[in-house]
Amino acid sequence: MKANTTNFIVTIVLAIILSLFLPWWSVMVAALASAIFVPLKRAAVFFAPFLAILLFWVVYSFILSSGNDYTLAKRIAILLPLGGNPYVLMLVTGLVGGLAAGISAVFGKQLSLMLKKQ
Amino acid sequence: MKYFKFVLSFVLTIGIFFALNTKFGSIPPIGKFLNPYSGVWQNETNESTTGEITILGLTDKVTVHYDAQLIPHVFAQNDLDLYRAQGYLTAKHRLWQMEFQTYASAGRLSEIIGEGALNYDRQERRRGMVFGAEQTIKKMSEDVKTMAIAEAYADGVNSYINQLDPKDYPVEYKLLDYKPEAWSPNKTALLLMYMTKMLAGGDEDIENTNALRLFGKERFDLLFPDFFDITDPIIPKETDWSFVDVPQTPTPISYIVLDSIAETIDKPDPNYGSNNWAISGEKSTSGHPILANDPHLGLNLPSIWFVMQLSTPTHNAFGATLPGALAVISGFNQYIAWGETNATRDVIDWYKIEFNADRTKYKYNNQWKDVTIRVEDIKIKGKVSYKDSVLYTHHGPVVYDKNFKSDKELAGYAMQWAGHIPGNGQKTFLELNKAKNYDDYANALKYWVAPAQNFVFASTEGDIALWIQGMFPNKWEGQGKFVMDGSKSENDWQSFIPQPFNAHTKNPERGFVSSANQHPVDEAYPYFVFNDGYETYRNRVINDFFNSKEKFSIQDFKDLQNNNYNLKAAELMPFMLEVMDTSKFTLEEKEIYNLAKAWQYNNDMTEVGPSIWSAWWTILYDMVWDEFNVENTAMDSPFTYQTIYLLKTKGDDAFMDIMDTPETETAKDLFRLSFSKAVLRLSEWKAENGDFNWVNYKGTFAGHLLQGLPAFSRFDIPIGGGKNIVNATSENWGPSWRMIVEMTSPPTGLGIYPGGQSGNPGSKYYDNFIDDWAAGKYHTLNFLQSSEATNAIIGTQILIPSN
Repeated sequence: MKANTTNFIVTIVLAIILSLFLPWWSVMVAALASAIFVPLKRAAVFFAPFLAILLFWVVYSFILSSGNDYTLAKRIAILLPLGGNPYVLMLVTGLVGGLAAGISAVFGKQLSLMLKKQ
Repeated sequence: MKYFKFVLSFVLTIGIFFALNTKFGSIPPIGKFLNPYSGVWQNETNESTTGEITILGLTDKVTVHYDAQLIPHVFAQNDLDLYRAQGYLTAKHRLWQMEFQTYASAGRLSEIIGEGALNYDRQERRRGMVFGAEQTIKKMSEDVKTMAIAEAYADGVNSYINQLDPKDYPVEYKLLDYKPEAWSPNKTALLLMYMTKMLAGGDEDIENTNALRLFGKERFDLLFPDFFDITDPIIPKETDWSFVDVPQTPTPISYIVLDSIAETIDKPDPNYGSNNWAISGEKSTSGHPILANDPHLGLNLPSIWFVMQLSTPTHNAFGATLPGALAVISGFNQYIAWGETNATRDVIDWYKIEFNADRTKYKYNNQWKDVTIRVEDIKIKGKVSYKDSVLYTHHGPVVYDKNFKSDKELAGYAMQWAGHIPGNGQKTFLELNKAKNYDDYANALKYWVAPAQNFVFASTEGDIALWIQGMFPNKWEGQGKFVMDGSKSENDWQSFIPQPFNAHTKNPERGFVSSANQHPVDEAYPYFVFNDGYETYRNRVINDFFNSKEKFSIQDFKDLQNNNYNLKAAELMPFMLEVMDTSKFTLEEKEIYNLAKAWQYNNDMTEVGPSIWSAWWTILYDMVWDEFNVENTAMDSPFTYQTIYLLKTKGDDAFMDIMDTPETETAKDLFRLSFSKAVLRLSEWKAENGDFNWVNYKGTFAGHLLQGLPAFSRFDIPIGGGKNIVNATSENWGPSWRMIVEMTSPPTGLGIYPGGQSGNPGSKYYDNFIDDWAAGKYHTLNFLQSSEATNAIIGTQILIPSN
């Protein structure tokens, strides 16, 4: 359980730091790296970074949007279309980031297994 | 198994990256688009209106005060700094729009949108939009000062672009996944071409030719007379033209080319128009002249206008600017006020071109003349470029040939357009912004070539005036109504009407000047002018209003701009209701009939009369002109006024007959038949949408510039009015800027437009004027007299030079 928490935190911290230099896929790099350095087992390999980035992106987008009365979020939630609900848009944002992070973490895990084997 | 898992997870990782980083059709690259640190969430912000910004190339400090409407009041120390700041500030608030409009103008939408825009792009290239912009730049470069200003503006825009991170790009860039490119004076020229196309890009020569061929000259003249039986022209009828000493071009013996053409290029919405007027001090309750302008254009978001105050120690101008163009376009300064309406005139003519066998030469005066080839390279997103060779003659581009909307191997149709004449129109506005009196105004106009405009004027000195300015060919009688033979020099434009003989009026006896896109002049004007789709309703309502009493106030001006009287309906509907056979009405028909009878002909929001009229008239009009529905033939039905005139005076004409029925219908029959259909349409509409009050039935909306994206548009705007009504608000066009200026010293200005100062859909300033605009309210324009902030100012930004 401890490893899960560590991975979760490391993923978020790395994602925040990398976002300063890299585009959106910095979350994939962050999750990949944390999967290698804080190895997890089974479903947690995917879910720890998934939840970490989901939380990060939801909270960040909430902070940006709530300061502006969700003006743009409401419009984008019509565009996509998500019924104009800004919270659904935040959730979708989190899911997108989480999915990318989770998948690259699985790859990270496989990569570290390969490296270990040799 | 390990390898398999490894490979699978690797592929999945690459796959998810690709899926989230790529644009699929209209779906943006979703990872790029939604991530909170560079995606749309970064656009969830309001404008900054404080602080200091360093701008390359400024020579002195520029103070920018923002008021509560987010109007920037710019105080610079010299012209170059002023226009550099205008470029910077316009980009700051409207970057995507100003760039997108120039892409649209240049036929470059395929670069952004992909192959779907290719036909549009080809059409714009073939229309010579880029060619025209090049002519403008050529002329502009001859004037060192104008060019320097245009370059300063471009540099200002680029200062803004260069300081942007991808996360700061306007949301539309993220949606379409591209980035802004550098601005240049070429883009300003393209924006001017965009306006020229919008306002002077229409003609009916080909459609008229088809009608003439099908119906013969006598019938054509009945349907399309040069002048209607009534005219209430812009320049008063009693004007003395004896000063004009250059005659109209003598009419040669010329034969019309009676070809049949199936399809023509897109024309701008013929409903675009505008109102402007000014009253003298004697006619004004306050003793000061008052001027008003409301250009009727497409209702879009971001709005076509951006309001600014632009001042230096030597001049101080305020009003509506066009993002991409320099200076104030419709506004005022300390001494004068001005505004424009479109001066529709036939400035596009078509010539049939006969090529030699390899299409390198064309016939002209019994000789072969060289064709110039212009290769238009159209870039397409995700595809190889499309190269379109457009052949140019001395008339202009051969728009239609075997490669475009025509199947003639060795012939084509070339376009001669005033929009291709080199002109430095930008200088007109730079000079108007500085003008101090009538002479300055009249001089500024001399540079204006196209699109021809009715420039209204009033000054604190007490003058009012109106010039119809543009470069107009001095045509022979009838020239350019139909397609002409391009091989005969007598069909060329022989000369232009000398500028001083352009129709104008200064301080007319009647005490007011006005224009509403009607006939510029009556038959007494010594040059050939024919009805080119002129307005016949708004002008009469406006002129009747100003003839109705002695003196007028600001309130009268507001009332007139918001006037919903439907003169068109009032001229036909009582007649239809009276003569129509009412004997076999259904219950529903009886009900609608009674509602129609009760209507007082105001297109107010809550009325049902305007909806009944609108449904009825649309159906009736199509019924009358079923003869114009000819397969594979480009046709334009006759104008509204003439249609109503014929319905009332020639009700048994053969045109009234519906060709598909064995009976011979008259106007009276058509009234009855179209009424039944209208009732049916209204009840269907009601079943689907609820009450057909005018406001619901009309459904005015302001659509986002990008294909009207609903998410960034405003629907069901609560406003009355309509087509051919002074308050011209229709479904998607209307008064795009309403301005009233009283010529006190300094002038007092009121203004509002259906949009907001910000181009960012995430800003509260994106559409915040719409409700007040719809309610007929005006905002006081805070005309600052010095760079001192007043209590109307909510924030001040200082632009400072970088050393």
